[in-house]
Amino acid sequence: MTETARSGNGVAVELTDLTRVYGPVRALDGLTLHIAPGELVALLGPSGCGKTTALRILAGLDAATSGSVSVAGKDLTGVPASKRDMGMVFQAYSLFPHMTVLENVAFGLKMRGQDRSARNGRATEMLELVGLSEHGNRYAHQLSGGQQQRVALARALAVQPSVLLLDEPLSALDAKVRAQLRDEIRRVQLEVGITTLFVTHDQEEALAVADRVGVMNQGRLEQIAAPAELYDNPTTRFVAEFVGLNNKMPATVTDGSAVVLGTPVPVIEGSLASGAGLAMVRPESLILTTDSTAHTNASVVSVNFLGSISRVYLDMSDGERLMAQVASAVAIRLAPGDRVGVTVEPNPVLVIAG
Amino acid sequence: MKRSLSFQAFRAVMLVLFAAFFALPLVAMLDFSTKVPATGERTWADWGLLVRDEALRQSIVTSLILAVLTAVVMVILLVPTMIWVRLRVPGASRLIEFLCLLPLAIPALVIVVGIKNVMAWVSYFVGDTPLALTLPYVILVLPFAYRSIDAALAAIDVRTLSEAARSLGASWLTVFARIVLPNIMTGVLSAATITVALVLGEFTFASLLNYLTMPVQLAAIYKVEARAAVAGALASILLVALLLLVLSYISRDRRTKKGSAA
Repeated sequence: MTETARSGNGVAVELTDLTRVYGPVRALDGLTLHIAPGELVALLGPSGCGKTTALRILAGLDAATSGSVSVAGKDLTGVPASKRDMGMVFQAYSLFPHMTVLENVAFGLKMRGQDRSARNGRATEMLELVGLSEHGNRYAHQLSGGQQQRVALARALAVQPSVLLLDEPLSALDAKVRAQLRDEIRRVQLEVGITTLFVTHDQEEALAVADRVGVMNQGRLEQIAAPAELYDNPTTRFVAEFVGLNNKMPATVTDGSAVVLGTPVPVIEGSLASGAGLAMVRPESLILTTDSTAHTNASVVSVNFLGSISRVYLDMSDGERLMAQVASAVAIRLAPGDRVGVTVEPNPVLVIAG
Repeated sequence: MKRSLSFQAFRAVMLVLFAAFFALPLVAMLDFSTKVPATGERTWADWGLLVRDEALRQSIVTSLILAVLTAVVMVILLVPTMIWVRLRVPGASRLIEFLCLLPLAIPALVIVVGIKNVMAWVSYFVGDTPLALTLPYVILVLPFAYRSIDAALAAIDVRTLSEAARSLGASWLTVFARIVLPNIMTGVLSAATITVALVLGEFTFASLLNYLTMPVQLAAIYKVEARAAVAGALASILLVALLLLVLSYISRDRRTKKGSAA
């Protein structure tokens, strides 16, 4: 968690042993999650993993089959959504079509009985925070998707909620706007210091903005850790496969280390204890050399240029396909059919049963 | 360019043909109701009968009150139900749709026969007044009103809007009155207008249940004063047409307001 996030005036959120059953489906299966005051936690996972269900239960828009929700030490289980004091930004555009932008942002304050001048003042302040103070008199259909979500963020924050809930707010936007708004959400969250739960299926989004990222699978929290920790030390096969890209390479584990392509590398907790398995090696951990007489060599299949980096696809002599990520300045010298030497950096890897 | 011109000409011809198809009977009705057959002179005497004839005047008032009452009861009954079903029990939407569309499939005569005993009870409680027809009329207009309101609800994301409002502290009543209703108002107005049009023209229920509404009275007058009956029929058509014009003006006004605000 960053210092800035800690210094906020947020409150602690506790989800304890939450279970949600829909007929035969267990959407949530004993989810326990603690969010520190001012922290931004992202829940990441594939569709149907239960992340949105968890957020909706916290918002009071859905009821848990069992388990409890508490905010700032107060049990909110059973409290209706309208009394929970939370701000929420939805995946779908949710601005009220018959109200202007200013009226939308001021709506929550109106519900709290604030007089017109006070709520308009606060709404204007919030619109300034998201850079839309010039658009107060417009209607939702006169705004772009990105602008609508920024207004939705301003509306959620205007009521000074104890917790901010973001339910895939960027998924309907194009890539460029998405990256801009993602950074803006983080800026605003740090500025306000509000405890935030961000649900997304986009790992880049989660890793970029969150203090901690929780990876969910089949209603359970597989792992929750700081982005770098999660990326470097995935403790389960699912997390390793879901977050980032991996090569599954044959490895032999003995005494807490594994040998991959002839190089000894440390193994992560949760790995196979001993014997032969598959090491999950990140593409950037593969080193390509022009020495084709090296211990292990491969043939270049293709090179995908991605800007400053490139992905090089390789065929090993045993027929296995690998993917390496190298600087484009290096990759530019490679062509399909070239022979290259392949080794791995001695970074910790997760080794799973083959 | 040539093709575009010929298409425009075709469109204009079709427009004139359709306008004539609808307007000619109305013009004929106006001609018939204002012409003295023997002399060919113009007179509004038969139109005056709409106001002077006590029984006809009373039946017009009854039909107008019935139209308003039916529209009000339909809106009060149907709008909250449909919103509630969409938000809380979406699984019941098929059943509600089936029930609402059912009167379309059952002949009016069958409904009247089936409802006769119920109407006896209604008359027992509210007295022998034609306003008791409100109940069967609400059933009669259900399919048309349902379609209008359903289309309006389908045009907005009711669930997300209501959840957004709830998360901002709005009660269910506020969600209904300040969020959903303003966004489906065109559909509700359209349902109300269709209701008024149907009630003003309804004959079978009123006639078979022995109530004197405007269409029943006009049918009776037609046997003795054909020109006055045609004047009454034309007046009711013009009233409904006026209502539709007002509705389309209001709808357009709402859209223009939204579009021009910046």
